Amino acid sequence: MKRLWRWLIPLAAVPVLALLAYGFRVSPRDIPSPLVGRPAPAFTLATLGGAPLDLAAYRGKVVVVNFWASWCYPACYEEAPVLERNWRGYRDRGVVVMGVGIQDKREAAEKFVGDLGLTFPVAQDLKGTVSVDYGVYGVPETFFVDRQGRIRLKHVGAVTDEVFQTTVDRLLAEAPAQ
Amino acid sequence: MSADLGYGMTLVALALAVYGGIAAGVGARSGRLALVESAQHAAVGVFVLVTSCFALLTYAFLTFDFSIRYVATNTNLGTPFYYRITAVWGALEGSIILWSWMLALYTIILIVRHREGARELYPWALATMLGILAFFLLVMTVAAPPFQRQVPVPPDGRGLNPLLEDTGMITHPVALYLGFTGFTVPFAFAMAALITGRIGDTWLVLTRRWTIVAWYFLSLGLLIGGWWSYHVLGWGGYWAWDPVENAAFMPWLTGTAFLHSVMIQERRRMLRLWNISLVILTFGLTLFGTFLTRSGVIASVHAFTQGSIGILFLGFLALVLLTALGLVAWRWDAFRSEGELDSVVSRESAFLLNNVLLVAAAFTVFFGTVFPLLSEAVRGEKVSVGAPFFNQVNVPLFLSLVFLMGVGPLIAWRRASVDNLKRNFLWPIALGIVAAAVAFALGVRSFLASLTFATTVFVAATIAVDFIRATRARLRVGESLFPAMGGLLLRHNRRYGGFVVHLGILIIALGVMGSHAWSVQTETTLHRGETAELAGYRFRFDGLTAVEESNHFKVIGAFTVSNGRPLGVLRPAKKFYPQEQAPIAYVDYRLGLREDLYLVLGDFARDGSQATIKLQVNRLVSWIWIGGVVLTLGALLAILPERHKSA
Repeated sequence: MKRLWRWLIPLAAVPVLALLAYGFRVSPRDIPSPLVGRPAPAFTLATLGGAPLDLAAYRGKVVVVNFWASWCYPACYEEAPVLERNWRGYRDRGVVVMGVGIQDKREAAEKFVGDLGLTFPVAQDLKGTVSVDYGVYGVPETFFVDRQGRIRLKHVGAVTDEVFQTTVDRLLAEAPAQ
Repeated sequence: MSADLGYGMTLVALALAVYGGIAAGVGARSGRLALVESAQHAAVGVFVLVTSCFALLTYAFLTFDFSIRYVATNTNLGTPFYYRITAVWGALEGSIILWSWMLALYTIILIVRHREGARELYPWALATMLGILAFFLLVMTVAAPPFQRQVPVPPDGRGLNPLLEDTGMITHPVALYLGFTGFTVPFAFAMAALITGRIGDTWLVLTRRWTIVAWYFLSLGLLIGGWWSYHVLGWGGYWAWDPVENAAFMPWLTGTAFLHSVMIQERRRMLRLWNISLVILTFGLTLFGTFLTRSGVIASVHAFTQGSIGILFLGFLALVLLTALGLVAWRWDAFRSEGELDSVVSRESAFLLNNVLLVAAAFTVFFGTVFPLLSEAVRGEKVSVGAPFFNQVNVPLFLSLVFLMGVGPLIAWRRASVDNLKRNFLWPIALGIVAAAVAFALGVRSFLASLTFATTVFVAATIAVDFIRATRARLRVGESLFPAMGGLLLRHNRRYGGFVVHLGILIIALGVMGSHAWSVQTETTLHRGETAELAGYRFRFDGLTAVEESNHFKVIGAFTVSNGRPLGVLRPAKKFYPQEQAPIAYVDYRLGLREDLYLVLGDFARDGSQATIKLQVNRLVSWIWIGGVVLTLGALLAILPERHKSA
C-alpha cells in the first residue's frame, strides 16, 4: 500500500482555481448608474446635417441614445453597424436611434458617419454638457429611454444585437405613454 | 500587408514552439540527442520570428500604420516619437509580444549556457520552456492578436493612455517582465528535476544565478513602478496595495524566500520539498499576476482590457499547478531530507523563520487581493480590503524580517553557542538600544518609528561587524586595506552582494517609515498672489498659463516656493487629452534628502484668477529610491560569477 494521500497535494490548488473561475461570473465594473429609472436629461443639439435634434420631440417612442467618438477604437466601430442595422429594422415600430458624438473634430465625425454609412440622426455635443448630464464616463455608452422618457438601461461598451433587441423589445411591449 | 505577415509569423512561431517542446521531451525520454538538437533549432527559429514580430509592430507604430487595430488603439498622429516606441508594449497585445520575446530570449540563453553541462536535466528544462512559450504564442494567436486588422482604416488613432507617457514606462514594464519571465527558468529546471527524479542539488546550483537575475529585475521593476506611481499619478504615494502591485509583489516575496532557503539546502541538504514548492509557487504567482492584470476579474487602475484571455490564462495556471504538484506527489518518497534541525538557535532556524514570514506575507497579500472575490462568492457582497489591512498585517511581518536580516547571516550553523551569540550580537544590540535612546532624545515619540530605527541600526551594525572582522583577517595575512575590502566583495560576492542588498532594504525601510510617520499635506484654494503655508514653506500662486502640445492641451500653474529664502518656482499642471474624459494631473516636485515638496494642481478658474492646490511635504521618500539603487547594485554584485575561493 503506497501512500495514496500524497495525491491529495495537487488538490490543494483546486479551491484557489475555483475562486478565480468564479471571478468570470461577476464583473468588477458592474456598478449601476444612478440615472436608471430617472427621466432622461433633456437636450437639444444640431445634427451634422444642421437639423435640430431635440430629445423631447421623441416622447412616446423608445429612444436609444448612443455616445460615441470617431477616435474610439474599436468599440465604436464595432457597434455602429449594429446600431444602423437595428435602426433600419425598428424605425417603423416607434424606435429612434440617435448618436451623440463627444470630444470630436467635425471632419473626423463626418468621415466616421460617411465610412460606416450611418443614416440615423447624429449630433455633436460640442460643449460637452449632454455627456456630463448623462454621466458618461467613456465611449461608447448607450442609454435606452422608454416611452415615458425614463432611462431604463445604461450599457457600457459596444452594443450588440442581443442587448439592443432584448431591451428594445421589452420597452416596446410596455404600455405606451399616456 | 504587415498585418498578414505578422499574423503568419506568429502562427509559424507557435508551430515551431509546439514542435520544439515535443521534440525536446521525446528526445529526453528516448535519449535521442538528434531530437533535442532539432528542438534547439526550433527554439532559435521561434526567437527569430518573435523578434521579427516585435520589430514589425514597432515599425507599424513608428509609421502610424492604423490598418492595424492595436496601433490605432494605442497611438495617434500626435504621439511623440519616443512614446510611439513605448506604446508598443503599452497595452495588452503588445505586452504579450514583449513577454514572449523575453521568454524566447531566455530560452536561447538557457540553450547556450546549459547545453553542455547538464545532460539529464537540460532537455526537460528546454521542453518546459518551449511549452510555456507555446502557450504565450497561443495567446498571441487567438486571444490577443497584435496584428488584427482595422477596417475601415481610421484617419487618426485613439492615442496612448496618457499616464503611460512617462520615461518610467520604458523601463518599468521591461524590468518587471524580465523578472516575471526570469522565474520561468528555475521553474523549468525544477520540472526537469521532478521528471527525471534528480531532485538533489544539481538543479539548484544550475538555477541559482538565474534566480538572482530574475529577482534583480523584479526588484528593479517594483522600484521603478513605485517611482512612476509617485511622480506621475499625483496622489503623493509610491505604493497603494493595488491588486496589480500586489501581483508583482507576491512572486517577489516567495522568490526572496527561495533565494534564502536555497542556502540551507546547499549547506545542510534540507528543505528539498520546500525549495521545489517555492519555485512552483513563485512561477504560479507570476502567472497569477498576469491573469489578474489581464482577465478583468479584479478591478484595478492598472488593469488591461478584458476578453477571452482571462479564461485561457486560468486554464494554463490550472494546468501548470496541477502538473507541477502532481509531479511532486509522484516523487514524494524521494524528498526525504538528509539533514535535521539541530537547535532552535541556529542559522537554519533563522532562515526557516525568514521563509515562514515571507510566505506568510505573500499569503496575506494574496488573501487581501482576492478578498473582494471571496466575499462576493461567500456573502454576495463586494467588499475590498484597503491599505489599512495590508499595512496592519504586514508591518510586523516586515519588521521581524528586517530583524532576522541581522541575525541570519551571522549566527552559527547547527547550534549557536552563547559565545558565538555574544561575539556577533553584543555590539549591534547595544547600538540598537542607543539608537532608540537617541531617537527618543531627538523627540521621536512614535513607538513604531523608534522600533524601526533601532532595528535598522542593529542590522547595519551586524553587517559592519562582519565586514570589519573579515577585513581584519585579510589584513593579518598581509593585504593592505582597500585591496582587502575589494577582494572580499569580489571573492565572496554572493555573500557580500547579499549584505549590500540588505543595506538597501534597511535604507528603504527608513524611507517608508519616515514617509508614513512624518509626511504632512494640505489642500487649499488660492487667489493669484495669495500664499499658503505648510511645514515652514510658503507657496505663492502666481497664475496660470496654457500650452498646446502635440497631442494634448496643458494648463500650468506657477507657484513660487520659499522657506525664508527663495527656493524657486514649481509648475504643476493639468493635461487635457481629447480621448480622455478627465484631465490628467501633472505633478511638480522638488526632491530632497530630508523632504520632498510635492504639488498637485486641482481645479482652477478659467481666467487664471484662482486655483486649488494640494501641497505635500513628504519626508524621507528619497531614501526609498536611494535604497533601491543600493539594493540593485548589491544584486548585481551577487550575480557576478563566483570566484574560486583561494586562501
